Amino acid sequence: MIEKALQGSSRYWTWIGFLLVIIGAGFISYLYQLKTGLGITGMSRDVSWGVYIAQFTYLVGVAAGAVMLVIPELLHHYHPYRRVVVFGEFLAIAAVTMCLLFIVVDIGQPARLFNVLLHPTPNSILFWDMIVLNGYLLINIIVGYNTLLCDKKGIPVPKWVKFFAYVSIPWAFSIHTVTAFLYCGLPGRHAWLTAIMAPRFLASAFASGPALLIVLLLIVRKVSKYDPGDKVLQTIAKTVCYAMIANIFFVLLEFFTSFYSNIPGHMHGLEYLFFGLHGHDQLVPWMRTAGVLGFLGVFILLVPPLRRQVGLLALACVAIVVSCWIDKGTGLVIGGFVPNPFERITEYHPTIPEISIALAIWAIGFLILTVLYKVAISVREQELS
Amino acid sequence: MELKRRQFLKIAGAAGLLGAGAAQGLFEGTAQASRVMHPEGALIGKRWAMVIDMRKCGEKEGCNDCINACNFVHNIPHFDTPKEEIKWIWKDEYEHVFTDISTLDPYVPERIKELPFLVMCNHCDNPPCVRVCPTKATFRRPDGIVAMDYHRCIGCRFCMAACPYGSRNFNWRDPRLGLKGRKLNYEFPTRMRGVVEKCNFCVERLAKGKMPACVEACKEGALTFGDLADPNSEVRKLLSENYALRRKPQLGTKPSVFYIIA
Amino acid sequence: MYDSGKVIAGLVIFVAIATFPFWFGMGKAAPMPKPEILTKGQKCVESKEYMRSTHMQLLNEWRDWALRDGKRLYENERGEKIYISLQNTCMKCHSNKDKFCDKCHEYASIKPYCWDCHYVPKESKKWN
Ligand code: HEC
Ligand code: HEC
Ligand code: HEC
Repeated sequence: MIEKALQGSSRYWTWIGFLLVIIGAGFISYLYQLKTGLGITGMSRDVSWGVYIAQFTYLVGVAAGAVMLVIPELLHHYHPYRRVVVFGEFLAIAAVTMCLLFIVVDIGQPARLFNVLLHPTPNSILFWDMIVLNGYLLINIIVGYNTLLCDKKGIPVPKWVKFFAYVSIPWAFSIHTVTAFLYCGLPGRHAWLTAIMAPRFLASAFASGPALLIVLLLIVRKVSKYDPGDKVLQTIAKTVCYAMIANIFFVLLEFFTSFYSNIPGHMHGLEYLFFGLHGHDQLVPWMRTAGVLGFLGVFILLVPPLRRQVGLLALACVAIVVSCWIDKGTGLVIGGFVPNPFERITEYHPTIPEISIALAIWAIGFLILTVLYKVAISVREQELS
Repeated sequence: MELKRRQFLKIAGAAGLLGAGAAQGLFEGTAQASRVMHPEGALIGKRWAMVIDMRKCGEKEGCNDCINACNFVHNIPHFDTPKEEIKWIWKDEYEHVFTDISTLDPYVPERIKELPFLVMCNHCDNPPCVRVCPTKATFRRPDGIVAMDYHRCIGCRFCMAACPYGSRNFNWRDPRLGLKGRKLNYEFPTRMRGVVEKCNFCVERLAKGKMPACVEACKEGALTFGDLADPNSEVRKLLSENYALRRKPQLGTKPSVFYIIA
Repeated sequence: MYDSGKVIAGLVIFVAIATFPFWFGMGKAAPMPKPEILTKGQKCVESKEYMRSTHMQLLNEWRDWALRDGKRLYENERGEKIYISLQNTCMKCHSNKDKFCDKCHEYASIKPYCWDCHYVPKESKKWN
């Protein structure tokens, strides 16, 4: 089946080549980072996590989003999703792989990474995150690959594969809950210390994951003979819409609790992100853009005549993907570190090597995604003929 | 890569059987314990603590004796960029040290606002950094000291996110670059890039029966080190006779560093 | 499966690469170097044979005892008490690190990472 990824048009190979160039550039930056240390990044004593961990957090959400297709298909027997689910699972595989890579590049002593296994520490959330992420990767590989293989052979999916598909449902919730626990259990980081962190993560995951999937499916429809169908896209869009509304609602709840209670520590994080604190406001334009894009996306998806126009649907989905990316891939992590425990403000500016490493990991993710989608498309095209 | 063959075999086993890994974790450090002991004269306590008397500290303007002593004893590098700073003990203002109360109360005496409060790892009784560390590289010793095992640290910096006191440092670069031309303490190792470090209450000195370097260096007697669990200790005497503050007590971390303000 | 030949070839190459360090050293039989002892007449922490074969484990145990258990005095087979320290015990006697530890390790082609942090005064000149 995999060999299908080795046959493609020149456009396909140009795209692969483009990704490889980005990966190569990032790899060189990474060698530089390995040699000199994480000092080549913009991270500091005060903002000790940056782009890497932020991307990790965002991508955990993208990975979890696949479950929004698995649930209707498996639990509610919504059959139109039957042929599309695998695209969600393959997206999850690419996303989780990126997550793991972002962890590896963020670590100061990657050669000692196995210490996490040699000295297992159940009281550390990072330990559990490692388990759930690797588990989720494995489950999605098993389910995605085997489902597709059965489709290719035209036989029904065996029971044991179904079993793993069922397991993937609670597992998807776990990866994002555990990732939220990384943040929301730390005393003294007021911006993160909120019980609503896990639900917020889940809502934004279930918005941005499926939204990205819609965009990808639209591209698949453009470049191949396989068409998932408007009905499927519209149903996914409704899921995105509800999830995004919940996401925005949760953010507003954070605002209420912080500002109505008027506790300075709780307000500082949000003030810094959305209004600027003591003249430091570099993230304000970003966060406001995220807000505008979020509302725009919801508005389009909420109005059926708008949603049904493919162009607007794509626009809404891109808006939501970007909005969630800014919110979680930038604001959440940086916002938690500002102000620092001394109520001082250190701003964070990612460096060029840092960005190039992050881009390379995204490129690796897209490479995995492209190869997997190529295989999936070829099977779907074969079914058509 | 630095992964050893022996380690690799261990991993192969552990990866297959996480349970076995957990069992290994349970027994580590106990083998042949009878063949090791405390050196004679070592200072042994149940809960080490430090009392900083701000009435005495700051007596001498611009005094850095304790900081310099620590920097020398632990080979702490100096970098000009604040981004990469490494500091185990340093000074900050009241407003920034006691953030929880200072923002709410602007009417404290000017004198106190200007005092050079010493800050360091609080060696919490309930340390969040220990809770989050995925490799037990930072751990709480039975004597209350929150220690680091630099050999095990993977540099994930979760502990830095967890510490509410900003006491932890990451080696963004090779720390030896920041030791150029400095007088070294040959008895103590440096660190390397990619690991976290912080104040260790001078465990290596306590083992030799010596007080922490900062305490020994302070000529004003502003720093007192002792066992909080011993009712007759000097720290307990100071605390029973003077009103002392701790940083962010509401977080439930139970710091072991106390400040006598006035 | 398709192309099982390719898969098997790939696997063979992978296994060959993964086990490279194991078989690369085979067949090389250069004579073992003689590490230079500065403190003739004195005795090492344990017997020479024990040190030669087990010093890495001993150092690991020392490290854990000193740092994790907080106990820094070691009683050896001979019943002598020795202060646990890499820099202040081992390297005081073996201060000629380049002609002692390194010589052997180069022969065994291993590079202990200890020296990223631990050091002997002589070599610290390089970076200090
Ligand atoms: C009191 C000085 C002294 C100290 C301390 C000491 N050694 Fe030694 N070491 C010696 C001497 C002398 C020999 C030569 C063996 C003999 O003749 O017994 C030796 C031999 C060795 C050997 C074997 C060399 C060979 O030729 O095979 C190794 C390995 C070794 N030492 C490592 C260490 C380590 C590691 C430490 C610290 C844990 C250490 N030594 C501490 C004096 C010392
Ligand atoms: C007689 C030769 C010899 C001498 C002398 C010697 N070593 Fe070794 N050492 C070895 C060999 C061989 C190994 C690899 C053993 C293995 O991998 O099983 C090793 C491994 C080590 C390791 C473990 C490294 C790893 O990658 O697992 C450490 C640490 C170490 N030596 C420290 C020292 C120190 C410190 C000294 C000097 C005081 C020293 N050794 C002197 C032969 C020697
Ligand atoms: C990241 C830096 C770092 C590296 C790498 C490192 N150490 Fe250490 N080591 C330390 C520090 C810091 C201490 C604490 C010293 C103390 O408390 O007295 C220490 C302590 C020790 C101790 C016990 C106390 C003492 O004074 O020696 C031993 C034994 C030890 N290390 C052995 C090793 C060995 C063997 C290696 C290599 C396999 C190694 N270390 C690599 C930083 C390092």
